[in-house]
Amino acid sequence: MSNTHARLIYMANQIARNFSALDHEAAAMATADHIQQFWDPRMKAGISGDEPDLSPVAARAFVILRTEGEPPPQTRATVFNPVDEGGRSDAG
Amino acid sequence: MGYAKQPDFGTPEVRSDRTVTLSIDGREVTVPEGTSVMRAAAEIGGDIPKLCATDMVKSFGSCRLCLVEVEGMRGTPASCTTPVTEGMVVKTQTPRLEKLRRGVMELYISDHPLDCLTCSANNDCELQDAAADVGLRDVRYGYDGAHHLGQAPDVSNPYFLFAPDKCIVCSRCVRACDEVQGTLALTVDGRGFASKISAGTTEDDFLSSECVSCGACVQACPTSALMEKSVKEHGKPERSVVTTCAYCGVGCTFRAEMRGEQLVRMVPWKEGKANRGHSCVKGRFAWGYANHKDRITSPMIRDSIDEPWREVSWAEAISYAAGRLKDIRAEHGARALGGITSSRCTNEETFLVQKLVRGGFGSNNVDTCARVCHSPTGYGLKTTFGTSAGTQDFDSVEHSDVILVIGANPTDAHPVFASRMKRRLRQGAKLIVIDPRRIDLVRSPHIEAAHHLPLQPGTNVAVLTAMAHVIVTEGLVDAKFVQERCEVDAFEDWARFVSDESHSPERLEPVTRVPAEELRAAARLFATGGNGAIYYGLGVTEHSQGSSTVMAIANLAMATGNIGRPGVGVNPLRGQNNVQGACDMGSFPHELSGYRHISDAETRALFEQDWGVTLDAEPGLRINNMLDAACDGTFRAIYIQGEDILQSDPDTKHVAAGLEAMDCVIVHDLFLNETANYAHVFLPGSTFLEKDGTFTNAERRIQPVRRVMDPANGYEDWQVTQLLANAMGLGWDYGHPSEILAEIARLTPTFAGVTWERLCAVGSLQWPVNEANPDGAPVMHIDGFVRGKGHFVVTEYVPTDEKTGPRFPLLLTTGRILSHYNVGAQTRRTANTAWHPEDLLEMHPVDAENRGLKDGDWARLASRKGETTLRVKVTERVAPGVVYTTFHHPETQANVVTTDYSDWATNCPEYKVTAVQVAPSNGPTDWQEDYADLSERSRRISHEPAE
Repeated sequence: MSNTHARLIYMANQIARNFSALDHEAAAMATADHIQQFWDPRMKAGISGDEPDLSPVAARAFVILRTEGEPPPQTRATVFNPVDEGGRSDAG
Repeated sequence: MGYAKQPDFGTPEVRSDRTVTLSIDGREVTVPEGTSVMRAAAEIGGDIPKLCATDMVKSFGSCRLCLVEVEGMRGTPASCTTPVTEGMVVKTQTPRLEKLRRGVMELYISDHPLDCLTCSANNDCELQDAAADVGLRDVRYGYDGAHHLGQAPDVSNPYFLFAPDKCIVCSRCVRACDEVQGTLALTVDGRGFASKISAGTTEDDFLSSECVSCGACVQACPTSALMEKSVKEHGKPERSVVTTCAYCGVGCTFRAEMRGEQLVRMVPWKEGKANRGHSCVKGRFAWGYANHKDRITSPMIRDSIDEPWREVSWAEAISYAAGRLKDIRAEHGARALGGITSSRCTNEETFLVQKLVRGGFGSNNVDTCARVCHSPTGYGLKTTFGTSAGTQDFDSVEHSDVILVIGANPTDAHPVFASRMKRRLRQGAKLIVIDPRRIDLVRSPHIEAAHHLPLQPGTNVAVLTAMAHVIVTEGLVDAKFVQERCEVDAFEDWARFVSDESHSPERLEPVTRVPAEELRAAARLFATGGNGAIYYGLGVTEHSQGSSTVMAIANLAMATGNIGRPGVGVNPLRGQNNVQGACDMGSFPHELSGYRHISDAETRALFEQDWGVTLDAEPGLRINNMLDAACDGTFRAIYIQGEDILQSDPDTKHVAAGLEAMDCVIVHDLFLNETANYAHVFLPGSTFLEKDGTFTNAERRIQPVRRVMDPANGYEDWQVTQLLANAMGLGWDYGHPSEILAEIARLTPTFAGVTWERLCAVGSLQWPVNEANPDGAPVMHIDGFVRGKGHFVVTEYVPTDEKTGPRFPLLLTTGRILSHYNVGAQTRRTANTAWHPEDLLEMHPVDAENRGLKDGDWARLASRKGETTLRVKVTERVAPGVVYTTFHHPETQANVVTTDYSDWATNCPEYKVTAVQVAPSNGPTDWQEDYADLSERSRRISHEPAE
């Protein structure tokens, strides 16, 4: 396992841990959504989802990404602005 | 434009809904109630002689030169201290006034050296002007009596001198220091004839005094008693150009006062809406780096970092860089290439770099320094409010009743705004400081925080949740605001969460180390004290829960109804001059300008159509991920404009490994910075004085940057990016940054109404500038949040994984100091080093004594990542168990010690929490010695002709 691989697992677990106030499935969906929105393709591809060091929520998130495709926005941070919506386009 | 002094109305502007009409010298004038007669006269073009009055400070009435006659009033009142009244009839020039003024002036001149022709203030001196104005023709008193002539000047300050024999003791400097800067470093020592201006030190030495060298006293001085040394050296300016400072995120505007292409001085522009005529030591004085001998003005290349640099023509450098980039792309694909935009460059330059990466390189691997500072602000405020920026303008603080400062040290990092904040605090606003260190604001002249919560580093979320617990459980929520403006379901979830007993101040005290009663009192004050404003900095964002802390702050503001009007709000104090702009311009790998996600097909299509390219729909790599990928061999080339990631980013050894692994590193900068040690192409950059464009400050204020001299390297930075883009086959033909700004406005709805011409006409605009806000938006979320309803987020406290233990028992937190800026590339090349020649390690006396360390001793600072040595400063500013240092000097490389832990949402590094040990040391570490060798080796420049 490369350093990068270990770091990606750590990052995924860290994201999952910060959604721990949600129930398991919601936390997994939020984690999947976050990874989908913010990770580069090689990072997403770097984790299979079967790694034993992944937390249950993080592991489930990768299952969602593999099997269900792009999840709907789970957190407001991943609702991005429409192309030219007047007055609201500053969100980020 | 030619040179003219900035208008001086004599006394400050008064704001009042009521007006008063009076007659001055037969002319009718209507002014706000409370205005002085002097100012009213100035409003209609009058010029009552004055010496002790200036509109930057309150009237004083000491010089007796501005006397006037008022019908029905006895005597000759001073116009500066006499307020206007309805129907008042004023005469500013009568035989009696002439005689009185001449008498006063004669006395002033009788104790002033008559060396006007050789004085540095010749023709720019208010005393000289006043003598002419009153028609002084003769001085009857000789110099035989007691006088102040011949006193030696104090030249200790590197930027200005104090010549006591030129001083007329008008107290303008003392009042400027008190009222404008708020340092109260100066005083009038002695009485009567013995009165003299003093910096409060035994030797009257400005440098060793409390003076912070902001320049307000120099600006206020009517003579050459306090004068810039640069004016003494170069002479009086002949023209001035208004431009924007390139230091911190306050975004002060200055008049660059010039003689030819020589910058004589930078004087704060009184009409500047961010700084309101004030400045700090950096913007006012620390511009000498622009002409420093270290500046590189010729492009250079080398095939390997082991070779010396070779100076080449621009054509060769650009061709070489483009060739390597194209080769790497052909072999490894577009996603092996990327770039970093600069928060020190203009919006236009930043926009072009991300355009080059996305449209030219073909990847979204673009990032910016906000990654390591305020990226959590973007995530947190977007989630809760719907916008990635502060909610207020700086003027807002004048309406605050309670100011909460968390994880920020404004007097050092944002000094000009800090002065405005301190003024409000001196007027009676209450202050809460949440910071592990006892920063200056906690207790300084006439200011004392109502509550200082010295939390354990890394426990911001726990402290804010505990405050929320108090506010909710004690019934202090602004229920009306929440009901009308926020998502009620989300609020109820949040309220349930924070109300849990496990989040009470008492239960969290062992974690936060903040006394529960003190925290409760602070929470009550914030919720009930009137307009509550929150200001925060990198002590909030640079944590593993940086984004969570930003959201916890937003929760607190919404729960107490402190959003949507002047005096309140959530205010991130941005670090670098254009970090807000760099983010706005699409510098993050997942979004285009205006914060629109790259995966959105419609947004992408807009850019694709405009740029004539196809864009990658997937997010790119963040800086730290680029370095990881470089070590893995999948990321191989980078174009870095105006950033020094080797010094500024965490875990220096990892940054070095990543850079070293790349096939092509292109550094575009003023100096051979630390990152350039690993570069193959060096493209010389231009300073802010050498370019046109715009910066956007922490208030979302877009301001013009204007070229006052030609670029020493031959090109403005946007032109260099354009050369590279065209060598990559992009066919750009921008002739001026205004054309780039037009493209930004065309593609970015928040900038829709911004044009170069409009900015030049009005001075500045605060985005969004669009159909809904044609003149911009000083305060956001007034009637509703950008996202509609405010969104409360449950912020579970997750302790950092960086733990102290027997080997590393102390917590290191890092920050900056007033005299230096970021990695110090600019300020280290100015006389600011007089105040801070090296990074110091602040340590509590108990911790120092336990280790046998005394003030000034060398110490080894070690973490799990690395070690360095630096001198110790023993101080009670830090709590026991906490140490603090700055990262301004490459010899220290403080980031050798910091870890790769980062914010869960944005990967903003956790600079503020590193477990360390400190021990006595007698020399540099192996890393420092090795790095010094590398640094010297890699900066070699061969002057041999190429084969």
